[in-house]
Amino acid sequence: MLGRLTIEAIPLYSWVAMGGAAVTVCGGLAVFLLITYLRAWKVLWTDWLTSVDHKKIGIMYVVLALVMLVRGFVDALMMRAQQAIALNSEGYLPPEHFEQIFSSHGTIMIFFVAMPFLTGLINIIVPQQIGARDVAFPFLNSVSLWLTAAGAGLVLVSLVVGKFSTAGWTGYPPYSGVEFSPGVGVDYWLWALIVSGVGSTASGINFIVTIVKNRCPGMTYMRMPLFTWTALCISVLIAFAFPALTVVAAQLTLDRTLGFHFFTNGDGGNMMLFANLIWIWGHPEVYILILPAFGIFSEVVATFSRKRLFGYKSLVYATACIAILSFTVWLHHFFTMGSSANVNAVFGIATMIIAVPTGVKIFDWMFTMYRGRIEFHPSMVYTIGFMVTFVIGGVTGVLLALPPADYLMHNSTFLVAHFHNMLIPGALFGYFAGLNYWFPKAFGFKLDAKWGIRSFWFWFIGFYLAFMPLYVLGFMGMSRRMEHYADPNWQPYLIVAALGALCILCGIICIGVQLYVSAKNWGSARDVTGDPWNGRTLDWATSSPPAPYNFAVLPEVRDVDAFHDMKIHGTAYRPPAHYEDIVMPRKSGLGPVIGAMAFVLGFAFVWYIWWLVALSLVLILICIGIRACDDDTDFVMPAAEVARIEAAHLAQITPVDMHDMRDFEPRGAASGTPLAGRA
Amino acid sequence: MDHSAERTLSTYLTGFVLAVVLTAIPFALVWGELLTGPAVYYVIAVAAVLQVVVHLVFFLHLNLRSTPAENLFFLGFAAVLIFIMVGGSLWIMMDLHHRMM
Repeated sequence: MLGRLTIEAIPLYSWVAMGGAAVTVCGGLAVFLLITYLRAWKVLWTDWLTSVDHKKIGIMYVVLALVMLVRGFVDALMMRAQQAIALNSEGYLPPEHFEQIFSSHGTIMIFFVAMPFLTGLINIIVPQQIGARDVAFPFLNSVSLWLTAAGAGLVLVSLVVGKFSTAGWTGYPPYSGVEFSPGVGVDYWLWALIVSGVGSTASGINFIVTIVKNRCPGMTYMRMPLFTWTALCISVLIAFAFPALTVVAAQLTLDRTLGFHFFTNGDGGNMMLFANLIWIWGHPEVYILILPAFGIFSEVVATFSRKRLFGYKSLVYATACIAILSFTVWLHHFFTMGSSANVNAVFGIATMIIAVPTGVKIFDWMFTMYRGRIEFHPSMVYTIGFMVTFVIGGVTGVLLALPPADYLMHNSTFLVAHFHNMLIPGALFGYFAGLNYWFPKAFGFKLDAKWGIRSFWFWFIGFYLAFMPLYVLGFMGMSRRMEHYADPNWQPYLIVAALGALCILCGIICIGVQLYVSAKNWGSARDVTGDPWNGRTLDWATSSPPAPYNFAVLPEVRDVDAFHDMKIHGTAYRPPAHYEDIVMPRKSGLGPVIGAMAFVLGFAFVWYIWWLVALSLVLILICIGIRACDDDTDFVMPAAEVARIEAAHLAQITPVDMHDMRDFEPRGAASGTPLAGRA
Repeated sequence: MDHSAERTLSTYLTGFVLAVVLTAIPFALVWGELLTGPAVYYVIAVAAVLQVVVHLVFFLHLNLRSTPAENLFFLGFAAVLIFIMVGGSLWIMMDLHHRMM
């Protein structure tokens, strides 16, 4: 009846695991009670969970990412604490539990923090930047969100029912095979990946179609804001790379569940193919996480330097180059697997070449800042912190790209330090910059700058404290994922790293305080114009928060900095002659239902509850069928209603709030027209 | 209108026949044991690629004149990526295979 699910599944094996389970259950219960106490269930369901509005879906993605960031960070804190004390002792974590923690830390941070964070930001902003009213497939967008949430749910549930994978976040066979990992852990990992991977693939396709098809008049490819360009590039990467992940996860699942031999030595299987396939996805994934952050930095640096982005075209070409090169370097994740020197050399050189377009970007951002009137807004401070720190990570990356050097340092803490050095400044700082930059767009009031700056400094200093010692330890020979060790020389460095983790904890608390303080004082930091930072791109042309349809009348774009151009020519905030009816997608409860069923499906597969597998699969198919037969998915918002919303918005704006840029109209040589008397 | 509908139908039928033939050839080779060794793999691979082309041309109406340049660009990009992924994987795994012999 319940497959292999028995009372044994409750984690009584260690008090720490029990504590984790208790915190998860109590957290869920507290949220449930809070919503019930606020009588918010109905509002939550009708206005948020069933919404197909890209802005609300984006906000829910970011909320998911922030919640999972806390969970993933607790894992990190526990690992640092264990390694700080585990000199010649067992520390406080048994090996079996420590292994689960580093596996879930990696899985959560990649799949359930970084992916939803960037998907959320793209969702909120990209349609507005290209002058669209929604994404191309709003319902699919909702399904993607709930599949991602279902995957996150599976990881969270593994804490309470059963165990998580002990095979690391990449889960190499043979260890992750059924022979060496017979429990449910690897299955939880696999199903979390498969379920959320389907959601990510659908998001990628959705964004490609949105950006290719839904751009407003005048928005040519070479006038798209850089964040939209990076979103387009990573969507293409998602569409091509995620199938590799889905296939490799499905193959390992077949090996484990049905006794196939893709990655076992029986019947011609080859475990090395797993490393090959997962990194065909895994390396593009690195750029899927980092490129949107590059897009955010590009927007932020232009806005807060009060200058046009330097080298727009070179940034676009660099982004496209990185996107395609990211598919040519995957072998550098397994140089030591035993390929011949020629193979290793080719992938090593390709890896070094990627540093070139990335370097181009760094210089473009610096030239944008050069002689700009820089304003040290938190998002700008994160951007500068990123530039300084990311270059260090890039240099260590080029070092690791040399196969002979990699043979010495692979699997050491040097590698751990390197990829955290790429992903924390390169991805997370970018998302935080985006959070500070676009928060008023999503909610209509600004975030508190003081707490934003504080969070930056804690993250920045904490990062250096936590990861610079790991570089040193890597040179001293410490390998990654050690539960305890015998070399007393390592301990001082590990204690410093643990202090760094505490510092980052303060950074996370600061973000929480920032959100709380800003929400409490929201009235004093309202953004009435929709353009709080004197922005340059079209996303600042909508109101904050935008009306459901974003643009009452689709804008006409004449420049890369579309909204800046409108402000210069005085055409911003001007009501049109008349409004028209707008067709909007209707909300749908099927998205969350499909997500919930996908969660049940994954859970049932993990525990071999076959009747439940069949039932949830049938229910998902029924949901898809219902949706496919539903021809009434849109409604019309009448022109009068649009006129009322727009009038209410425009009435709030006083000339004081507006950024009047009419004096800054380029004249003479700056206008682009040739000067008289010269050739 | 009728004329174009007729042409579409004949296109679909041509595509269908070609698809069936391209499926039947590898099937027959393996079932009837007409070919053995690596040659079978090559024939199957070529038939599979031709099958893709047939689907694109006859079912998705891809051609060099009326298909928007954008779509051709994306298709070309997809072809390049698939070449990198499949070709790279074969190269890596073959190389490992030789070194383990």
